[in-house]
Amino acid sequence: MLEKALTGGKIYWGWLSLLLVLMAVGGLCYWQQLTQGLTITGMSRDVSWGFYIAQFTFLVGVAASAVMLVIPKYLHHYQKFGKILILGEFNAVAMVILCLLFIVADLGSPQRLMNVILHPTPNSILFWDMVVLNGYLFINILVGWVTLQAERKEVAPPNWIKFFIYLSIPWAVSIHTVTAFLYAGLPGRGYWLTAVLAARFLASAFAAGPAFLILVTYIAKIFTKFDPGKDVLAVLGKTVVYAMSVNIFLFLCEVFTVTYSQIPSHMAHLQYLFFGYHGHGVLVPWMWTAMIMGLSGILILLVPKNRKSDNMLIIGCILVFIGAWIDKGLGMIGGGFVPNPLHEVTEYVPTALELGVSLGIYATGFLVLTVMYKVAIGVKQEVEA
Amino acid sequence: MNTNRRSLLKFAGLAVLGWSVKPALTVFAAGGAGPREAILFASRHGAPTGEKALKAGRWAMVIDTSKMTPEIQKKCIEVCHKTHNVPSIPTKQEIKWLWTAQFSDVFAEQSHPYLEKLTKRPTLTLCNHCDNPPCVRVCPTKATFQREDGIVMMDFHRCIGCRYCMAACPYGSRSFNFQDPRPFIENIDMEFPTRTKGVVEKCEFCAERLAEGHLPACVEVSEGAMAFGDLDDPGSDVRKLLGARYSIRRKPELGTEPCVYYLI
Repeated sequence: MLEKALTGGKIYWGWLSLLLVLMAVGGLCYWQQLTQGLTITGMSRDVSWGFYIAQFTFLVGVAASAVMLVIPKYLHHYQKFGKILILGEFNAVAMVILCLLFIVADLGSPQRLMNVILHPTPNSILFWDMVVLNGYLFINILVGWVTLQAERKEVAPPNWIKFFIYLSIPWAVSIHTVTAFLYAGLPGRGYWLTAVLAARFLASAFAAGPAFLILVTYIAKIFTKFDPGKDVLAVLGKTVVYAMSVNIFLFLCEVFTVTYSQIPSHMAHLQYLFFGYHGHGVLVPWMWTAMIMGLSGILILLVPKNRKSDNMLIIGCILVFIGAWIDKGLGMIGGGFVPNPLHEVTEYVPTALELGVSLGIYATGFLVLTVMYKVAIGVKQEVEA
Repeated sequence: MNTNRRSLLKFAGLAVLGWSVKPALTVFAAGGAGPREAILFASRHGAPTGEKALKAGRWAMVIDTSKMTPEIQKKCIEVCHKTHNVPSIPTKQEIKWLWTAQFSDVFAEQSHPYLEKLTKRPTLTLCNHCDNPPCVRVCPTKATFQREDGIVMMDFHRCIGCRYCMAACPYGSRSFNFQDPRPFIENIDMEFPTRTKGVVEKCEFCAERLAEGHLPACVEVSEGAMAFGDLDDPGSDVRKLLGARYSIRRKPELGTEPCVYYLI
């Protein structure tokens, strides 16, 4: 089926070439990092994780969102999702690849990467994160490919694949739960030390992920004749608005516990993120933007009429997606490290080279995504024709 | 014929099972550098057993804040950083093994505004060599491990530079080599290795000096403001001091059980 990726119009090849150029730029930036070390980043002794790990944390959520299509389709037999299910699964593949690339980019000694497997350490959550991420990648490649092949041959998917489809449901939950556990079990980091973190991660994932899927489906609709139908996207929009509401609710639970208990080491981080701390506050405008975008996204998508209107659905999804990205892709990690355990404030801003590496990684992920979507939509159109 | 094939299959099956289980058993029994490094537990290693080596059941450090002057602190930091080739990098990507911070920041939970003499006083901070170290728990490669005598050590050659230990340490006691440290070391001491870019490092209670029968370098130059010894030995200096004077530890509420004690 891969041959479908080799035929395409000018726009397709132009887009792929642009991605390749961006990948080359990212590669050059990464070369700088390999030779000079992570000193090219804005990270420091106090803020020892930055943009890379934040992107990984956010993208795990976008990857986990496939489950929001698998559950309705296979547990509730909502057949309409069958049309875009493959897009959700291939999206998961591309996003997990992005996650893995971001983790590798963050390593100080990537040449020793295999030590994680050579010296397996089950007491480290990072070990389990490696297990669940790679497992999820494998499951989604397998399920996506086998069901698509069956679709092309116009036969029912083989029965054995059902096992992996059902397995993908708890597995999707596990990837974001384990990623939350990376943070939620650390003593002395008040912003992360909360049992609600895994739940909040899942809620924001099930908002940002489907929002992203809706947006990419619209893009696919513009460039190909692929159309899953208005209801499908409107129903998916409902998932987005419910999940985002739960996300905001869980965040407010967190705000209550922290501010009503008045424990300084827990309050300091929220203060830093939303009001600034001892005169430092690079993230303050970002966090308020995220709040406003998230809330207005909810307000727009709550109205059923808006979910049926293409433009309103797109605007709502953009607001939710960017809101969730700022919250996890900037605030979650930066805010957790500031102030440091000695109550000192060292702020973090990513450098141009760091953003260059990230751009290259994103381009790689989008290349994988484009090629897989090309194949999937190509097969669908071949069957329809 | 059928019986034969069956028994052959049985034999082959058992053999395959055996081959696949055996290496796993080895891993479960001893995952890496030491025989006690079992896969299911945070790794612990034995300490050197040479004749000259100083031995203890549980090493601990006591810092007497009343005897500790800024001059002594400066000497301690200098000798530590010199002996261990700690580079002086002037940016926020610096490396620190032993340094000072304000008392009220080191002991935020245990200070109040009326401890006027204490709160502004510079206080020595270092790795606490916790009994229950979070950094060892999170390390995905066992590059951070604990010896049976309590010292939390770093294997610079196994560290992949993920910096999870830095996120886990509630005392900010770890540094990362964002860049090659060698250009930032004034005089390299050939007795101790320098590090490479991309690995984490920290104070190791001078494990290399203990192995040769010497006390930690900072304790030696501290003019009696620091003591070092075995918590398991009731007759040791540290036990005597802790029995006689009031002492505090950093963030005791976290349950990490730091083994650096501060006499007040």
